Amino acid sequence: MDEHDRPLSPADPTPAGRRSFLDWLLGLSAFGTAAAIVYPVVHFVFPPPRPKGRAKGAVLAAQTSELAPGSGKVFPLGTRPAILVHTPDDKWRAFTAKCTHLSCTVTYRDDMNMIWCPCHDGRFDLTGKNVAGPPPRPLAEFTVVLKGDEVYVTEEAERG
Amino acid sequence: MDRLWAWLDDRVGLEPVRHLMAQKTVPRHRHSIFYYLGGMALFLFIIQLGTGLLLLLYYEPGVSTAYESVRRISGEIPFGWLIRSIHRWSADIFIGVLAVHMFTAYQMKAYRRPREVTWLTGVALFGVALAFGFSGYLLPWDDIAYFATSVGTQVAGVFPLVGKALLQLMRGGEDVTGATLARFFALHVVVLPFAALGLLGLHLLLVQRHGMSVPPGVTEKGRPRPFFPDFLMHDLVGWTLALALLAALAALLPAGLGPKADPFASAPADIKPEWYFYAPFQQLKMIPAHIGPFEGEVLGAVGFAVLGLLFALVPFLDRRAAREESSRAFSIAGWVVFIYLVGLTCYAWLH
Ligand code: HEM
Ligand code: FES
Repeated sequence: MDEHDRPLSPADPTPAGRRSFLDWLLGLSAFGTAAAIVYPVVHFVFPPPRPKGRAKGAVLAAQTSELAPGSGKVFPLGTRPAILVHTPDDKWRAFTAKCTHLSCTVTYRDDMNMIWCPCHDGRFDLTGKNVAGPPPRPLAEFTVVLKGDEVYVTEEAERG
Repeated sequence: MDRLWAWLDDRVGLEPVRHLMAQKTVPRHRHSIFYYLGGMALFLFIIQLGTGLLLLLYYEPGVSTAYESVRRISGEIPFGWLIRSIHRWSADIFIGVLAVHMFTAYQMKAYRRPREVTWLTGVALFGVALAFGFSGYLLPWDDIAYFATSVGTQVAGVFPLVGKALLQLMRGGEDVTGATLARFFALHVVVLPFAALGLLGLHLLLVQRHGMSVPPGVTEKGRPRPFFPDFLMHDLVGWTLALALLAALAALLPAGLGPKADPFASAPADIKPEWYFYAPFQQLKMIPAHIGPFEGEVLGAVGFAVLGLLFALVPFLDRRAAREESSRAFSIAGWVVFIYLVGLTCYAWLH
């Protein structure tokens, strides 16, 4: 029998201190190996953030002729949907179209003159304020600029 | 036949199998009908494996192919509509059967010692089934699929501490995109089937080991029924009826397909999740935006998670049942939660 496959027994001459040191070393390398596997896998699974698709400057959201007073339209602003509203009293406003509740995309309801979220019946008035249903916060508003018959919306000037 | 058996037995060792089949029995009492539910769930799961595998022959994940391939399955491939509709209906019924199976096991206190691990594997299987349904729902990539997944993953995102990471993990980024579709596909056809088969194997092994539990205080009627062939024959009748029901449902109400998902369109007005998520869905709809210092949806989501956790841990909470005493408090709590969930589900259904 050689040194290595000698059965471990109380009569084993390996000193207790050395044995527990070896156990500790074994545990440490097992842990190290596991960590060396888990660490890259966890990082692989979470993708790096994409460059924020912020719209550069103003986005052409609509032609004025498209939206009569009392109507609205969802359009892409960068990588996210936004909603342009032409209010019954002839004002133009734009908000994020992502509901502040659980991020469904809202829509304009001309029968109630409100911004409405179909997912859980959330309601916002035409200033973006949450007025009924589960949404906890108002919709963030964007700046609207009219140029001739074109309606531009800028994301940078976001407020609220 | 006998010679084949002898030949195989000689080489493979089949005698223990024969022994097991001869030994296995099912108790008879006034609740014994509920012993068929597990077998029914198993049958529907096998249907899911079969039809899922067939769908894989034509389904192509990816934002520019998923929707088109599902439309092709439903429209062009011979019997594609049948396979797809059965996959959907069987998923819905499977989860219903599992839910009733869990509820009856709960009320019959089948989680008593020594069946705690059987119970835990069962609860885990139900979680896997829900994950199957949730991930499968996105695969057709139509508008309802897209928004249901947006909302569903956002719910996971409201959990304190882990929410943000969980949301990123599920979506593969900030929003629901092709990256989400890729993960849900991998989950649905690789990860979950492996997990389900592993858990199911353990679950069935333990059921084998312990035999069927008889609820405390129930008297058995006569000798237990032999599993083979009596019980299995009853099973077969049920399975045949289930198959007929699936075929009828698939023919009368085939799986539909909405307009293709468009992240820059409004959510469809009639949006709803699958029926088994109606209860949390309705809860989210009715809960006020703020309750004291908390946001309503956070409380709702955490509440459901706590309920699930308590349910999983019930073998360790119900000390009286563990001593074979009756535990009315747990029976009543079970009914209260059951009626609450069924009530919410019906309410969402009717609205
Ligand atoms: C308990 C098990 C399962 C459940 C509850 C389930 C549920 C679902 C659901 C709800 C869908 C959406 C169906 C649609 O809209 O057409 C789906 C789609 C799909 N499932 Fe499953 N599934 C299960 C098992 C499997 C398995 C085991 C596989 C394959 C190995 C599979 C493969 C697929 C494929 C390829 C699709 C996309 C095709 C389509 O949408 O028509 N499924 N599943
Ligand atoms: S996501 Fe808009 S109300 Fe829930």
